Amino acid sequence: MKRLLLRVFFVLALPAVLVAGWWVASDSSTDVYWPPLRTILKTFPDVWTADRLQDDVLPSVLRLTGGYALAAVVGVTLGTVIGSYRRVRAVCEPVLEFLRAVPPPVLVPVIMLFAGIGDTMKVTVIASGCVWPILLNTVEGVRAVDSVMAETARSYGITGTARLRNVVLRSASPQIFAGLRQALSIGIILMVISEMFAASNGLGFTIVQFQRGFAIPDMWTGILLLGLLGFLLSVVFQLVERRVLGWYHGLRASTRRSP
Amino acid sequence: MRGVNAALGAAGLAAFLALGEAVPRLGLVKDDYFPPTSRIADALGDELGDGAFWSALGDTLTGWALGLVIAACAGIVVGVVISVVPYLREATASTIEFLRPIPSVALIPLAVLLYGTELRSVLLLVVYASFWQVLIQTLYGVQDLDPVADETARSYGLGTWARIRHVLWPTALPYVMTGVRLAAAVALILAVTAELVIGAPGLGARIAVAQTSQAVPDMYALVVVTGLLGLLINVGARSVERRALAWHQSVRGEVMV
Repeated sequence: MKRLLLRVFFVLALPAVLVAGWWVASDSSTDVYWPPLRTILKTFPDVWTADRLQDDVLPSVLRLTGGYALAAVVGVTLGTVIGSYRRVRAVCEPVLEFLRAVPPPVLVPVIMLFAGIGDTMKVTVIASGCVWPILLNTVEGVRAVDSVMAETARSYGITGTARLRNVVLRSASPQIFAGLRQALSIGIILMVISEMFAASNGLGFTIVQFQRGFAIPDMWTGILLLGLLGFLLSVVFQLVERRVLGWYHGLRASTRRSP
Repeated sequence: MRGVNAALGAAGLAAFLALGEAVPRLGLVKDDYFPPTSRIADALGDELGDGAFWSALGDTLTGWALGLVIAACAGIVVGVVISVVPYLREATASTIEFLRPIPSVALIPLAVLLYGTELRSVLLLVVYASFWQVLIQTLYGVQDLDPVADETARSYGLGTWARIRHVLWPTALPYVMTGVRLAAAVALILAVTAELVIGAPGLGARIAVAQTSQAVPDMYALVVVTGLLGLLINVGARSVERRALAWHQSVRGEVMV
């Protein structure tokens, strides 16, 4: 009981201090750009009403989900193919290295040429930025499949889809998840940027509207909401990862315990 | 083996470039949208002869380097302090986990209001984004400290500073280097993004101008330049890492035998 309380204390103490600090420091602020936290929090429910959440936040999240899912499917599929064949890998490697090195946001103007400024453009931008970390991590993961395990599977006659699912992808999954995690933060960045460029709704669009209209407290609530969204998505990701990679973390813990 | 791989890689690159030339020429896609490789190469040549391009490149690199240095120093110092001072790690864990996933682009409107299109708005975004990479890696690195080595140093009477310098730092360095390498890539992304969206001078702003003035081949040429820059930064960071950690791998190698 005491340990639990101590843990709760450690989790909550610093955030409480920081928020309190912000509250007190900004309380009598007359600076236009740094409104008191009190005002920001009071504005929050007025700005982010149910309607607005539905009109602006939901489309953003849907685009992100679409682009991210597309990137995951393409990245894992291509990565498995490239990782499985040594020659294919040798041919593709320099091109992939170059494409990965392009900063994803510069794709926004390029893709705008093809896809206009609609949802297609945004989903494509998100997918084309997210795909590289997933693809390259899958390649590495598939390459690093334990050769003894692969041989064993072969001698037991495990081939085709069963081999792919139970041996190759299973043993590459920690790496794949590392890639997915990197892709998530890139995806959020691209979601916001593509909406800042050309959009009629979405979180990025709304926040820039507030900033251009000098609705500073409203802009701050948008920044806070983006922060909350980023945090929420990373929590969801962690939950999924813990479920899917449970066997792996368990394995690591048990090997660590028994030297 | 290496030679074969390099040849295959070159073949892949050549095929990629040839595809870029052939697809628009054959009319599979409109060449207004997707100019053939040769026209992009032409535009790239024009850019390289243009003084404004070089100053834009200089601006981007300044923002990148300055931001990376600030973020790396801050990340390392904060990381070491948090891990060395008792209880500080537990107390800061939840705050770090909360702040880290906040997308740095959320700060764009704030940066615009505070600093306009100055270098400082670029720095704000770059430092925020790359700080976390270094900090998290430093925290992991310090955690990896061998308790036996630490106890030994203690029993030889080494002070706190000497222990940080001779025991903790060498242990954490490989992790820190990985963090800096990741941060270097992130810093480039954010520097270009800030220029693209805010309009601070640099390659990103040049891309935005090329896009609005329909100079499509120039836009592609600039995108290629940012890609090459990213590649160069990756390769550079890796070679710095290898050099700084030469002792590390060699030491590990001896222990293995």
